[in-house]
Amino acid sequence: MTPLDSTQLAPVMAVNDHDHGADHGSPTQIGFWIYLMSDCIIFGALFATYAVLGGRYAGGPGPLDLFEPEFVAVETALLLFSSVTFGLAMLQAVKGNLNRTLVWLAVTGVLGAGFIGMELYEFRHLIHIGAGPDRSAFLSAFFALVGTHGLHVTGGIIWLVTLMVQIKMHGLIDANMRRLVTLSMFWHFLDLIWIGVFSFVYLVRLV
Amino acid sequence: MLAKTHNGHGAAKDHGTMAQLMIGFGLAALLTIIPFVLIIAEVAIARTTLIGIIMGLGAVQIVVHLVYFLHVNRSTEQGWTLFASIFAVLILVIVLAGSLWVMRNMNENMMPMHDMDHMTSLQSQQG
Repeated sequence: MTPLDSTQLAPVMAVNDHDHGADHGSPTQIGFWIYLMSDCIIFGALFATYAVLGGRYAGGPGPLDLFEPEFVAVETALLLFSSVTFGLAMLQAVKGNLNRTLVWLAVTGVLGAGFIGMELYEFRHLIHIGAGPDRSAFLSAFFALVGTHGLHVTGGIIWLVTLMVQIKMHGLIDANMRRLVTLSMFWHFLDLIWIGVFSFVYLVRLV
Repeated sequence: MLAKTHNGHGAAKDHGTMAQLMIGFGLAALLTIIPFVLIIAEVAIARTTLIGIIMGLGAVQIVVHLVYFLHVNRSTEQGWTLFASIFAVLILVIVLAGSLWVMRNMNENMMPMHDMDHMTSLQSQQG
């Protein structure tokens, strides 16, 4: 976004905020929630695919050969901690504490990047040992589900960095607060989906 | 130039409080650690019971996240958030249960599993 765009857009959005009454009357939150619920249904379809195809190994490697619970535990911890640090950023933003908000957002971003780094390492490792998405229906379903979640987290990190720049430039104005609230919903939602992933995709298959 | 009105976002109940965040974190951490320990330590529990425990704890943790991190309750947005969530859960149940049911029926009625396995092993030998 060019500086020109932001200076033109920001006042307009701020005006809109006043029209709708900054927070509670704003349709943004409920609208974003409805988006999240539809996203949830996409994940539901991918979970259903994994449930149906998860046992079709086509003579290839299965979960016991491929999944390491310790590795997944670290990924889970990174995502859960990032959820908490985002919550802390949110609390600082509500208090109007700009610098601490940015610090906690940065910590959140680093934890999220760590998660994505681990996931990419896992994917690369699996493809390298011949257990890529083309190996079996089980692995296709696995890569589709976990990959879609990973893409969401990557999108969340891009959004987070963009928003940090916006907050740095314009402060905690109403428009940025609204973006922060929606990103917070998005981020917590991704952690919620991950609960399904580590339980259903990884742990249950290692029983 | 820019409207730097600092928002009247005093409403702590919308974005949660430190107490809510910490309770949510404590519960989520506990509900995460238990299933991982059960698997990593290879605790001797019957297979189906263990699957039930892991799925059950996962479901509880999803509720914990909804309540303590996403603040879904009857008061937010006059209950529309909760309503939308319940609708989504309904769709999810239909999608998940429906897929499993239909595919199970198909597997039972179409081709016996051992033939299927035989065929796939033949195919992989040829390929």
